Amino acid sequence: MLPLELDQLTFSAGNAAIIRGISARIEAGPRTVILGPNGAGKSVLMRLCHGLLTPTGGRIVWHGAMNGGKSVDVRRHQAMVFQRPVMLRRSALANVMYGLKLAGKSRNQSGLRAMDVLEVVGLAQHAARPARVLSGGEQQRLALARAWALGPDVLFLDEPTANLDPASTQDIENIINAIHASGTKIIMTTHNLGQARRLGDEILFISNGRLMEHTPIDKFFRQPASSEAAAFIKGEMPWQ
Amino acid sequence: MAMIRRILLALALSGLLAPAVWAQQFITVASTTSTEQSGLFKHLLPVFEKKTGTRIRVVALGTGQALDMGRRGDADVVFVHDKEAEEKFIAEGFGVQRFEVMYNDFVLVGPKTDPAKVAGGKSIIEAYRKIAAAAAPFASRGDKSGTQATELRLWKSAAIDPQTGKGAWYRETGSGMGPTLNTASAMNAYAFTDRGTWLSFKNRGELVIVVEGDEQLFNQYGVMLVNPAKHPHVKKELGQAFVDWVISADGQKVIADYKIGADQLFFPNAGR
Amino acid sequence: MNSLGEAFAAAWRLIAGFDAELAQVVGLSLQVSLIAVVIATLIGLPIGAMIAVGRFRGRQTLIVLLNALMGLPPVVVGLVVYLLLSRAGPLGNLGILFTPTAMVIAQTVLITPIIAALSRQIIEDAWREYDEQLRSLGARRINAAMTLIWDTRFSLLTILLAGFGRAAAEVGAVMIVGGNIAGVTRVMTTTIALETSKGDLPLALGLGIVLITLVIVLNALAAVIREMALRRYG
Repeated sequence: MLPLELDQLTFSAGNAAIIRGISARIEAGPRTVILGPNGAGKSVLMRLCHGLLTPTGGRIVWHGAMNGGKSVDVRRHQAMVFQRPVMLRRSALANVMYGLKLAGKSRNQSGLRAMDVLEVVGLAQHAARPARVLSGGEQQRLALARAWALGPDVLFLDEPTANLDPASTQDIENIINAIHASGTKIIMTTHNLGQARRLGDEILFISNGRLMEHTPIDKFFRQPASSEAAAFIKGEMPWQ
Repeated sequence: MAMIRRILLALALSGLLAPAVWAQQFITVASTTSTEQSGLFKHLLPVFEKKTGTRIRVVALGTGQALDMGRRGDADVVFVHDKEAEEKFIAEGFGVQRFEVMYNDFVLVGPKTDPAKVAGGKSIIEAYRKIAAAAAPFASRGDKSGTQATELRLWKSAAIDPQTGKGAWYRETGSGMGPTLNTASAMNAYAFTDRGTWLSFKNRGELVIVVEGDEQLFNQYGVMLVNPAKHPHVKKELGQAFVDWVISADGQKVIADYKIGADQLFFPNAGR
Repeated sequence: MNSLGEAFAAAWRLIAGFDAELAQVVGLSLQVSLIAVVIATLIGLPIGAMIAVGRFRGRQTLIVLLNALMGLPPVVVGLVVYLLLSRAGPLGNLGILFTPTAMVIAQTVLITPIIAALSRQIIEDAWREYDEQLRSLGARRINAAMTLIWDTRFSLLTILLAGFGRAAAEVGAVMIVGGNIAGVTRVMTTTIALETSKGDLPLALGLGIVLITLVIVLNALAAVIREMALRRYG
């Protein structure tokens, strides 16, 4: 699937321009974290890449896929975890199996794979329970399990721990690293600079719909190239 | 999967809608509310059903609607009480032959207080004149029933157009005899009704019979087989069997036997 | 007040006595309306779901139309179905006028828009919540529709009850297409109408109480089922 190329990507909703011409090339390998102030367009950018929104201009090309990723099935190789997990009204296990069955796996295969993933994320004992009665942290872990079970090449995460307590946050971060270790590309947005430091290998800094910086993580924090980035870091971590 | 199960369940349930009784032969008789609501049919029809094994399905509407049903071919036999309309039905070719079956009479009912002072009178025309003059409330059926047809003929004979009182004292309910009597009872109004319905009507309120016995109040019932030439699917043998029985000595006796308390409601007069 | 007391007395006598004729009338009422609800659901639910998740020209107009059809007057539906099924009408050859089948058809026509319009609303509301997640997991519109139907099943159950209530309570349609034939197409509502016509108001009211009681029992049952299931599925 990767590398992913964004070429002069624009997106407007109504009269408002949200993404104003972003060009970037995202390679396989490093964990990519998208940073930026509120309203910068991070979530919209992720949704464009994942195909949930259609750009109003520019191109999105998945160089590693057939046809540059023109077919809808490109989404089969991606998965996304949202800030608020949306659980179906069924058991935890059934939730994880859902995507697998949609992809054509048999009930048996789906069940086995789902249980495996639930084991890894530590939810195996809750497999039969209705997903909606699980705690926030457990539901987000379940969402990760559901996404991971599909075996995606790319996993998008939109502020996955924004609503969670520190303990749950740590669980989620560990799982994300595990997923990365298994070969999946991580592309994630976050507010939390500490989290960015822990989970990021490279940073895309977005401000006002434009890509300000695309740099390895150390360089970003030591020597932000743009004044917006510098202000952002200072604003989020004023003691820096 | 759940879909298929649901469809099968629905089919099975609808199988319940075909109980054994449906295998039995039946005819559809379009009749008036007076024959059904007075209880005559409940008394009369089981005798025929037992004798012949043919079920009678009665759809009780007004005379006008019953004849329309016959014209559309939705009934096998019509049993109504409006001689003019019935003869028209035959003339139009929708019926085979008209047979007189039985008669009863109409009565004028009204509030005990009798604002138009018609009680005890022997002339219906006189009573109508007094009611119009006093502009006393009068509840009319306002539908195409046999009763309505007679009521209107009598207004005409009295040289009164009740429509001039429309909305004021002449209230057309556009409904059957029962609902009209309910309305009359609630409004303390006069009403023109057949005796059969009146005798079995339970919500009289303050209403009593105020005028009866006038020979103008004679109410003749007729029965006709719907013409199979016009509607080939009509069950002509079974229908004719019913017509024949109702005018036979047997059927006529059963009609005469029907009483509410001590009152006979319908008087058989076939073939006379 | 007196008639109300008489009515309850009549209702009690009816239930305690429970003669064969009443049983037949009650049974037929339930059959006709239940079957009508089942068929209306089989037709209306998929329509509601597809409109909810769909995107096509004229969608808004269709929604407005569907909502408006909820207000179809039963007597008008009865009349139209009557004219269709009458021997003089296009489907006269089927010979199903004045049968319970005709009544089921009329009631189905009456409640399908209710089920479609209300389920459309419920599913569309859920779709707004589930939209991105389902698409992310690879669901096409038709998958989404089916998933949402299952996920909103408890709310949908309420809609089915509303549909059943509407069917069981109406008299205009079944009177015209059924003909209120004793022992064949007489149901609770037409019996009530008949007894009212005959001026036997306490009996009519009594029957009305029996009918309402039945509907309450059914709703209570549904509430119990809903509670049990909610506890299981969350």
